[in-house]
Amino acid sequence: MTPLIEFKDVFKIYNMGDNVVRAVDGISIQIEKGEFVAIVGQSGSGKSTCMNIIGCLDVPTQGQYMLAGKDVGTLNDNKLAEIRNKMLGFIFQQYNLLPKLTVLENVEVSLLYGNVPKGERIDRAKKALDRVGLTDKLEHTPSQLSGGQQQRVSIARALAGSPSVILADEPTGALDSKTGRDVLALLQELNREGNTIVLITHDNSIAATAQRIIRLADGKVVYDGPSGGKGAVVHAEDEEAVSQ
Amino acid sequence: MKFLQSFKLALQSILKSKMRAFLTMLGIIIGVGAVTVIVGLGNGMQNYITASFESMGTNLVQVNIQGRGASRTVSVDDMYALVDANPELLSYVSPMVGISGTVKIGSENIKTTSVSGVSEDYAKIASSELTDGRFIQYVDVLRRQPVCVVGSYISKNFYSGNAVGETLKVSGTAFTIVGVLKEDSNSEKGGSDDIIYIPYSLAAKMSWTGTISSFVFSGSDSETVDKAVTTIKESLYKVYKSYDYFSVVSMSEMLDSLMTMVNVMVIVLGAIAAISLLVGGIGIMNIMLVSVTERTREIGIRKSLGAKQKDILGQFVIEAATTSALGGIIGILFGALLCAVGTSIISSLTQEAITVAPSFTAVLGAFSVSVAIGIIFGYLPARKAARLNPIDALRYD
Repeated sequence: MTPLIEFKDVFKIYNMGDNVVRAVDGISIQIEKGEFVAIVGQSGSGKSTCMNIIGCLDVPTQGQYMLAGKDVGTLNDNKLAEIRNKMLGFIFQQYNLLPKLTVLENVEVSLLYGNVPKGERIDRAKKALDRVGLTDKLEHTPSQLSGGQQQRVSIARALAGSPSVILADEPTGALDSKTGRDVLALLQELNREGNTIVLITHDNSIAATAQRIIRLADGKVVYDGPSGGKGAVVHAEDEEAVSQ
Repeated sequence: MKFLQSFKLALQSILKSKMRAFLTMLGIIIGVGAVTVIVGLGNGMQNYITASFESMGTNLVQVNIQGRGASRTVSVDDMYALVDANPELLSYVSPMVGISGTVKIGSENIKTTSVSGVSEDYAKIASSELTDGRFIQYVDVLRRQPVCVVGSYISKNFYSGNAVGETLKVSGTAFTIVGVLKEDSNSEKGGSDDIIYIPYSLAAKMSWTGTISSFVFSGSDSETVDKAVTTIKESLYKVYKSYDYFSVVSMSEMLDSLMTMVNVMVIVLGAIAAISLLVGGIGIMNIMLVSVTERTREIGIRKSLGAKQKDILGQFVIEAATTSALGGIIGILFGALLCAVGTSIISSLTQEAITVAPSFTAVLGAFSVSVAIGIIFGYLPARKAARLNPIDALRYD
């Protein structure tokens, strides 16, 4: 079976004058359908660039990124937009909701760009909001909600499009620890229901929520294995020692 | 669907910052308002001119002869002969002799009144009707009788409506009033009711011209007026062997050339007003560029959710078009208000009833132009938005 996400020796190289920055320096990974993977690393480790590539917001300089068996690196802007719309769901640290729209409209946006007819669109948006427990907030605007509620709206928005992969970029970064735990618990539940989730974080304790950890440093994979594995912790300690 | 959504979003963002939206629209409002008023004024003038020509009759043909000395001349009899020879084209002819002397009624001098020498057929040519007495008759012309027909203004103002039998003086000659014309336009001073007709034979003698150089023909049908003009021209050509010594113009030709003049005026003034539309368009472009920068993050979010370039482009173009269309609507209302004000100002200043009102097509045109301006000037900022890199846009604060 082809993996859902496959990096084949992927590089992302930026030329900044004389400086050549290798943000992603030859990464090869595979993520199967139904997995819950955390990509962990300090800032500058290349995890954000990785996320941008997985999320089809960016394309590799070199190497292949296969999403569901399709080489994404060769696609144009419009095709990438279509893939983001149909196959990917984003959850951001800052929620990134549209402030002028209601909760329901926010969840509808990606369906709107996917040309889903009105009735179905509202149905699916309501169902997704129901799933995250916000049925009573449909007509509120984001500013009327708490941080945790806003993050749940953005999870609902990601769910509504029934994506192949949910990409969560520091989803708890702006939340207090209790609300953060609730959001992570929700992500775990969604994973148990069959959703593939890729979590990007710098925080080892948050990464531990996932079944599998891919640790990056200087654009390279330094650990790839189960979150309970010894290497995950060892490398984490190494890194902390280095950064101190 | 997306169109409706974009339209709704555009209205929301306009309502959210009313002052800014109003200032953005101001150029469009002034431009559309000015164009509406100018077109309205042009229409009013055309309607007024058309109405006054129609009251005179559009099948009239005016002949002026400059002549070339005494060797070749056309007499009044020649003109009558022309009518007799072409009954299917021409019905009547009357010489027209203008008198520039002062009119004196009692001890009062009147300077506004126009005095013309005409024939007995002139009443039929000008479709004038009498309310009292009779028109000038053939025998008056033949014997150069000092009789006259006056307009309703003179009768009302100086004789309380009972002018027949009274006398007045034109350049020192006393005339007996034999008839009063029916009111044509409100009996105003200096208007078409402030007139005196006398026999042309006497008028020619009084003005020392000797030869008569102006004639008015009435065509038998307004359809054949052009043919009548040609016939008159040809017969005069036989006398003068050139078209340079006389002019033959039908009223409908004069009307046409006046209309052209008004049209040219409207186009020139309208073009000046349209510059303000251009300035308004640049204002919209400016604000849209600011708006794109302010909403960079929103654009990033939409792109991450799968918005294509054309979706973002459409959203911003629709927003610009909505802004300018709204400006256009306000401008049309503003213009309509100015038209109403203009109408009352004209009537209070000149006593002329010119209704300033733009045509439906002009209003529709002004609206379409304002929408088009929004689309044209909104395109550049919208393209900028559409081409933003989603990663940078998402990081933008």
